[in-house]
Amino acid sequence: MAKRINDLKVIENKRLNNDFFILELAGDNKIDDFKPGQFAQVRVDGSPETFLRRPISIHDVDYDKNTFKLLIQIAGPGTRTLSKLGNGDTLNLVYPLGNSFSLPKKDEKVLLVGGGCGIAPLLFLGKYIKSNGYIPDIILGFRNSERIIEFEEYLKIGNVFITTEDGSMGEKGYVTSHTVFSTRRYDRIYCCGPDSMMKAISGYCKKANIICEVSLENLMACGIGACLCCIVDSVKGNLCTCIDGPVFNVNDLKW
Amino acid sequence: MVNLGFSIGDLHFKNPVLTASGTFGYGSEFDDFLEVSRLGGIVLKGTTLEPREGNQYPRMAETPSGMLNTVGLQNKGVDYFEEFIYPRILEYDTNIIVNINGSFIEEYVALAERINNLEKIPAVELNISCPNVKMGGMAFGTNLDSAREVTREVRAVYSKKLIVKLSPNVTNIVDFARVCEEEGADSVSLINTLLGMSVDVAKMRPSLSTITGGLSGPAIKPVALRMVWQVANAVRIPVIGIGGIMSASDALEFLLAGASAVQIGTASFIDPQASVKVLEGIENYLVKMGFSDIKDIVGYINRSV
Repeated sequence: MAKRINDLKVIENKRLNNDFFILELAGDNKIDDFKPGQFAQVRVDGSPETFLRRPISIHDVDYDKNTFKLLIQIAGPGTRTLSKLGNGDTLNLVYPLGNSFSLPKKDEKVLLVGGGCGIAPLLFLGKYIKSNGYIPDIILGFRNSERIIEFEEYLKIGNVFITTEDGSMGEKGYVTSHTVFSTRRYDRIYCCGPDSMMKAISGYCKKANIICEVSLENLMACGIGACLCCIVDSVKGNLCTCIDGPVFNVNDLKW
Repeated sequence: MVNLGFSIGDLHFKNPVLTASGTFGYGSEFDDFLEVSRLGGIVLKGTTLEPREGNQYPRMAETPSGMLNTVGLQNKGVDYFEEFIYPRILEYDTNIIVNINGSFIEEYVALAERINNLEKIPAVELNISCPNVKMGGMAFGTNLDSAREVTREVRAVYSKKLIVKLSPNVTNIVDFARVCEEEGADSVSLINTLLGMSVDVAKMRPSLSTITGGLSGPAIKPVALRMVWQVANAVRIPVIGIGGIMSASDALEFLLAGASAVQIGTASFIDPQASVKVLEGIENYLVKMGFSDIKDIVGYINRSV
């Protein structure tokens, strides 16, 4: 699998709500080497405040259409500029970067847990494991019902549970307090979201002896292991989120 | 054909485009994006005698037209380098330069002796300008007596080409360049990062774990260029220009101001192919402007017209 840099064409820019949009990009001729959990470093043109690329998870891959999607949260001037891209515009990407989630073992019960923008890599992962014969449970956490995104897409890959902080849909509270944790037993949990959420899930999994992989979002400059800025403290010393991750087994992290 | 080569003493470089330490790993990180052997040289990630874990996260903050970093010389030490990295980089057909660091003069000297024994390393870059370590680093590069002493001591044990990387965080960088030249340095490279700082207003905390860090990127280019011009006019040894070079045009500014070569740093984070694009752009410029040798444009701005 070779990392590459290319100008890719925007097929569609779909606005989901005030904060989120999805860019669908025309792939090059070999996107079949993408793995769930990987990300792209996106160059932001036309935003003078934005100097560095933005690391964005690969949200979905359509091998038949040869396209893939990036789910992006508007968090500042850079992502706001990206939100204004239109059909036919090009976007410069360095991709595919990072490691990937590992596939479940036979007969394992699998749960995906995502919060906010952290749900992004779990759709690609969910489709991938579904194509390998698993029907995962999925918990998605949002602030309120208006911020729920991509619900129908996740319904296609498994049993979806929702939590909202204000209780406007699904169970009220955080993903970690969902009743599914007390009613079902899982062998493997994949998680992506805010650090506090991933740490809580990690703590639960360690106690319950469940295999747990998290996808980190550390600040990074290069994305290819050169700058050593995105380090995470691990049992093996400092590791780079960009090349040793972004997916880590929580047993390897000093959490 | 255009002659792009330059020399430090009897060490020949096929072209004047090198990569800056700490921005190009050990070369292999960029194998997917470019042919490393096309470059004039690569300066490897800063190396120390003992392994270093470096500073805590967060180590980076984006700034207007640049970035701050506080990596703190994370590396696995010279033993690991010699056993695992050195054999791997021998495949590159270019000058491999090791950037050497220490907390004490004795460490610089011991490390220089170790690197001196590595046949395929024709030069070291003596880093007396890292702003992100508690001991050594910039402390040597911001005091004239210390700069003189460490250059002298390393020179005494290192028989190949000695490049000293200068700090911009001084009153007069020319004095430091002169001291290095007097003590037998074969070249000086400048500038290392400028000491800077950033505050995360939302979190009401410093953006970096060490509060201050090194500023790089196009934001520092005019400062770097001014310093390179001053130093090139003051010393006879070749000057390597570093600081915010993003394009061939940026690199040409440094060459025209008197640099014999340049290093591409932060640009490689945004475009992993930046170094070879700069190289191609320099060659195209020389052809377009009717020059057959890169040496004909080095320091060109000093000529009367």
